[in-house]
Amino acid sequence: MFACIFVPNFPVAAVLRAQPELRARAVAIFEGKPPMEKVFAVNESAGRIGIMAGMTKAQAELCSELTLCPRSPLQESAAHAALLDCAQSFSPCVEDAAADTAILDLAGMESLLGALPEIAQNLFRRAADLGLDANIAVASNPDAAVLAARGFSGVTVIPCGKESEALGSLPVDVLFAGENKSNEGTKKEDERQKESARLLETLDRWGVRHLRALAALPEIALSERLGQEGLRLRKLARGGASRTLVPVEAPAVFEEAVELEYPIVLLEPLAFLLNRLLEQICARLASRALNTQELRLMLELQNLAGAGQPPDFVGIPSESDETQSRRSPLGHAQSLPVADAFANDQRPTTNDASISSRQNKFCRNLRLPLPMLDAKLFLKLLQLDLNAHPPGAPIVKIHLAAEVARPRSAQGGLFLPPLPEPEKLELTLARIARRVGEARVGALELLDTHRAEAFRMKRFVAGITQESQSKNKSDTEKEESAVAALRMFRPPLRANVTLENGELARVLCPKKKEVQGSVLWKAGPWRSSGDWWEREAWARDEWDIALQSADGVVLCRLVHDLLGGGWFVEGTYD
Amino acid sequence: MSSAVVSTSAALGRHFIFDGEEAAEVCPPPSGTAGVNEARPPQRFLPGDFSTGKKLAGVTPASQLGVRPAPEMVSSGVAAIDALTGGWPRGCLTEICGPASSGRTTLLLAALAAATRRGEFCAVVDANDALDAQSAAAADVALERLLWVRCGENSLRENSPRKNGQRADQPWKQVEQLLSATDMLLESGGFGMIVLDLADLPPQMARRIPLTTWFRFRRAVEHTSTVLLALERQFIAGSCSSLLIQLKSQGSRIKRVGDSKFPAPAHSQLLTEIEITAEVARSRLERKPARSAEVMFASKTAWAG
Repeated sequence: MFACIFVPNFPVAAVLRAQPELRARAVAIFEGKPPMEKVFAVNESAGRIGIMAGMTKAQAELCSELTLCPRSPLQESAAHAALLDCAQSFSPCVEDAAADTAILDLAGMESLLGALPEIAQNLFRRAADLGLDANIAVASNPDAAVLAARGFSGVTVIPCGKESEALGSLPVDVLFAGENKSNEGTKKEDERQKESARLLETLDRWGVRHLRALAALPEIALSERLGQEGLRLRKLARGGASRTLVPVEAPAVFEEAVELEYPIVLLEPLAFLLNRLLEQICARLASRALNTQELRLMLELQNLAGAGQPPDFVGIPSESDETQSRRSPLGHAQSLPVADAFANDQRPTTNDASISSRQNKFCRNLRLPLPMLDAKLFLKLLQLDLNAHPPGAPIVKIHLAAEVARPRSAQGGLFLPPLPEPEKLELTLARIARRVGEARVGALELLDTHRAEAFRMKRFVAGITQESQSKNKSDTEKEESAVAALRMFRPPLRANVTLENGELARVLCPKKKEVQGSVLWKAGPWRSSGDWWEREAWARDEWDIALQSADGVVLCRLVHDLLGGGWFVEGTYD
Repeated sequence: MSSAVVSTSAALGRHFIFDGEEAAEVCPPPSGTAGVNEARPPQRFLPGDFSTGKKLAGVTPASQLGVRPAPEMVSSGVAAIDALTGGWPRGCLTEICGPASSGRTTLLLAALAAATRRGEFCAVVDANDALDAQSAAAADVALERLLWVRCGENSLRENSPRKNGQRADQPWKQVEQLLSATDMLLESGGFGMIVLDLADLPPQMARRIPLTTWFRFRRAVEHTSTVLLALERQFIAGSCSSLLIQLKSQGSRIKRVGDSKFPAPAHSQLLTEIEITAEVARSRLERKPARSAEVMFASKTAWAG
């Protein structure tokens, strides 16, 4: 048995999928170059008020109840991808018959998915979940299923052997409904359309208006008058055509896009549209039991080149960029930028608004630590990121793509320590990063260098990690002897050091009164240097000293920068 | 001036009970007792009963109301501290206080090492960006299990000249970031240990944190398995903390190379050990210290061997 999913008025359906609020209204899709734009497709409501395909846009605009939308190949592509996803969630053998039609092979599916009527109903529901108002038909051969889906609305199940009877009431137009109706078709398609029109006219002159009448025509006489094409149409009308499907492997591309009639400058409507796109993508991923580990957002901005200073994008003011790595006077490699969750592909910082206006694309990548599928979480993460990095210009188009990943599987255990939930943790980290800065939250990673402060911040992932290699000491020994820790001053405190007979006598830190006093004892110096072959070489002497301060004895690490000549207190032993 | 004494019976509109009289049942039987219809003789109390300490049957003494089970204790990573306090309590706030160089960070890293060894994920909310990666690695903290939140603006800005009193408010901004980050982490859950590092914060700034905040933190962690530690110079959480540990430095040990008769030059000396005293200032846990409330331990430097 075969099932067919057919989306009537596909260009309209694609637009309504992106803008569901228009479903209750009369909608017409126009295409073409101005001023020769013509109505290409209409929905039922528009058809009832007299709008027809082929009318000019100017004529259609006279109707105040009508909503005119431009044809969107992008949205049609997304709707077609959603159609294939819906089909592939029920059967591995799917034929991509047309942009608005998909045919499934249901052989063996009854034992998995239930009876045929149940499968058809589930298909209908799944298509509705993906935003498609589709007709579903099930028949014993693909062509009969296609004809039934094109002719009957809703869900139709044709029992085996009853195809001719079921299809008999359909008009002969349905045999030619799959022809390309584009105004810009190729020459071959134009010839086919002309041939189809000629056949229709002939059948109409004969008084053959329904498939029942066509099926009743004598075979030989029909072939003499209409040739092989006539025989083919008769076979289709009888529901007896049989062929194998040409299955298609739908590419794992999950993209959604929406073009805006008016540019938006506020974050709130942008979030509304993003939510819709995310829900559609997540529904399509869920239909194929997939997750995503990367979201790519591309916003097309209004081109304001030459229009002076662009208007500011109104959102919550963002923090300025803090991801630049700089060196302190001691040659400290202060924490290198985080391995960004968000890669800013084309955008400079928000301070360069004038430059950004000349580039009309704004891209952000959201990389997740684990495969996830939560539209609300994705929306919040995108909102937090856009708050921190606003586009800087009004938005005219939104394009969202998801990178496919297999769902994660984790084996929990009764005796394992609890883990933070990945989704909650990701949102928490994004919120914290918004407060303290993106480069200031994460996990530590030591660098392979002897330079001081040789570490970088990396992404914190609360997954199951391999046990780190333990040192030679046993756990008991580790517990018995705690390791003296250093508390760092960032940046290191400048110190005024008094020497007596070449020995350290007194240290004074103007910026921190607690770290000053006479030197009780000292150990050092311990000299280290490196990177002399680099531009930023470093060389320093380290001292461990005990200072008699007003609060008691403070153990400090004193550093003498041999290249710069300054004295610094790097930290205290605590 | 007249005074009136209103007894419970009068307030309930019932007759007083006199000797020799039988009174109807006043209180419903407590749950779990056998038979709802079974009559229970009323309790009769005479003035002498209170002086002899006669217990009220079926009435829970106020001192035992809402007895909470003892919290689970986890190892602190230092045997001496475990012997003193039993470790750190889960679901409670523990404060570790002391002046500079008193061993607070040493104890913190030992706790983090023990927690990460147990396979737990930990978070350090660092008000002054003071955590040393090398010290953490030397203490055997599993860095991939440690989330570090570095409060405060970009440290380079601290050296910028003061602008309209911005730097005067800098420490409070760090505190605000610390408090909001802690709130978010507690809400997120799943961490075995969350540490608030306020050790370098001026006491007057730390005392500005309202007690309601500490109460909120305590309630947030109460029924979880998270150990909440706070490092400070002075105790600031009031009654919200279940365990208060006071640390003091007892000096440092220096290793000298060469003849001890003559004063050793600085380059022949090596800091090997810091001796720390820990004292339980207050504990609301049931477990009391076995012998004394004070213990001394030594922390070796990473290069001491």
